[in-house]
Amino acid sequence: MATQMTKPSPISYSNSSLFDRRPLHFDPSLKRNRLNQLFTTVAGLFASIAVLPLFLVLIYVLIQGGKLISLNMFTELPPPPGLEGGGIGNAVLGTILVTAIAALIAIPVGVGGGIYLSEYSSRGWFAQFVSFGNDVLAGVPSIISGVFVYGIVVSTRFFFDQSYSAMAGGIALSVLMLPTVIKTTDEGLKLVPQELRMGAYGVGASKFVTITRVTLPSAFTPIATGVVLAIARAAGETAPLIFTALFSPFWPEGVFNPIATMSVLIFNFAIMPYEAQNELAWAASFVLVMMIFAANILARWISRMAKV
Amino acid sequence: MLTDLRATDPSPSPRDAFTLRRRPPSERFVDLGFRQLTLVLASMVAIVLLGIFLTVFQGAREAIAQFGLNFLTTSGWDPVNEDYGAFIAIYGTLVSSILSLLIAVPLGVGTAIFITEDLMPTVVRDAIGLMVELLAAIPSVVLGLWAIFVMEPAIRPALSLVHSLLGWSPFFNTIPQGPGMAPAILILVVMILPIITAISRDALNQVPIELRQGAYGVGTTRWGAIFSVILPAAISAITGGVMLALGRAMGETMAVTMIIGNSLNFDLSLLAPGNTIASMLANQFGEADGIQVSALMYAALILMVLTFLVNMAAQVIVKRLSLRY
Repeated sequence: MATQMTKPSPISYSNSSLFDRRPLHFDPSLKRNRLNQLFTTVAGLFASIAVLPLFLVLIYVLIQGGKLISLNMFTELPPPPGLEGGGIGNAVLGTILVTAIAALIAIPVGVGGGIYLSEYSSRGWFAQFVSFGNDVLAGVPSIISGVFVYGIVVSTRFFFDQSYSAMAGGIALSVLMLPTVIKTTDEGLKLVPQELRMGAYGVGASKFVTITRVTLPSAFTPIATGVVLAIARAAGETAPLIFTALFSPFWPEGVFNPIATMSVLIFNFAIMPYEAQNELAWAASFVLVMMIFAANILARWISRMAKV
Repeated sequence: MLTDLRATDPSPSPRDAFTLRRRPPSERFVDLGFRQLTLVLASMVAIVLLGIFLTVFQGAREAIAQFGLNFLTTSGWDPVNEDYGAFIAIYGTLVSSILSLLIAVPLGVGTAIFITEDLMPTVVRDAIGLMVELLAAIPSVVLGLWAIFVMEPAIRPALSLVHSLLGWSPFFNTIPQGPGMAPAILILVVMILPIITAISRDALNQVPIELRQGAYGVGTTRWGAIFSVILPAAISAITGGVMLALGRAMGETMAVTMIIGNSLNFDLSLLAPGNTIASMLANQFGEADGIQVSALMYAALILMVLTFLVNMAAQVIVKRLSLRY
């Protein structure tokens, strides 16, 4: 035995230096373990930095905006520059109106387009072109959508010789909503099992009946989630509204006149040198953020209901 | 059964017994009509896209004819003498978006690693993920308001310190006095961080567990596996997400407009007020007329082309560079 030890074979299981059989244990002082510790700390630090702005923004919106919230805020008009008091009633109403116009345009068009992509297109060149175009449209900056609607609706006085209008603002927002609605509809419909469609055809349903009675209802959850999130996003958009819906210090006067929205109110009032206006901007931020968070929670709730 | 059907069928013949039910013309009409309707609705995407391009291009034609490519390199913006050049805005757009990306990418990818690795209990990781998603839901104009009244006053001492330490360099040689490029970059970081985090998280979650197990099997540590196996496997999707975030940062309007200072004078210093194409549009488009509208449309066209190229690059990267594992 001793003579064999002097010439260790490569697969020797003795106590040679080649195979050091120390007991397995974790040594934190090793360089690799210290590095691991360091990287874990850095990642944790980065994650904390990432959530920090949310907390800071929320705290300020809740404190600065929340303290101003009263019934008057929703029933009164913003005061003229320099005066105190007033509310943001017209802007709350305007945001709801303009977002509703956008949703009424974007949801039918988007769901229809999504149905075409998923159910009819068989992924030919046209469908590929449409989904490519959809991705491009999703990347178009929101201000460009405002420029577009300004060019085709506002400057041409398209609606009854009116230039700036709630309608124009709604159209601009719908351009931003459209890609999201198409994408979620397309992807939601793709998740519907093929057997459901075949079952429907098997009992003699036409394609139209299959889609409207079977496929679309079973994809309701993902589509509704996507639509709610798209509406929430549109409600907070400002850039497309600045020169389409413009602003108005009065109550909404129909959909063919300029209209106040909370997002434009925040923008206009934040850069004014008057404290009353700045406070109204915070109050509008509070209402807007609460509405958007409520929509986000609703979307989460819808998608959770489906999983159960 | 068969006789019953024959009795109700208006045209009984031996063949019809097996087709059971003919599709009435109304049903075929509805079917075809619905198909055409969805086709038209799907085409709306193409129509809108083409409409956007044509509208902006048509609006820009006058300025393109008058200023040509000099528009890109001159920095005058003079409504009185009707002389326009978008160099400041283009420079500001590129600098603000690229610098914000340099800060946001490590933060976002680090956060994504933190919430995909099992470093913390699932509850904590899910909570962080949810918060980042909620951060993405905050409207840009609210972030702008916060930036004006809270963030900018809070970071001004830090920026002053940077100025006193690095004031000799042309990038920091102005005294920070409120709105400027640096606060705009920081608020852009806040805006694009959720996109980078969300896309990186999805990319990391999709890396097959076998790769990680293999890495641990040959004896690497957690971060060894992350750096040499998991990140390389997810790199194409992460890069795609970073490019999307870059496109978003270039087109971001409200928060930047409110905090960048909208200066029309060129200044290399990051502490001085600057401008971007999007904020120039937001500020001037409503009140502009004549050739100024056309010049703004020209700038919008440049912004569109820039974001289009970046988004294309994102798609190509995701498609071409994805590792086959």
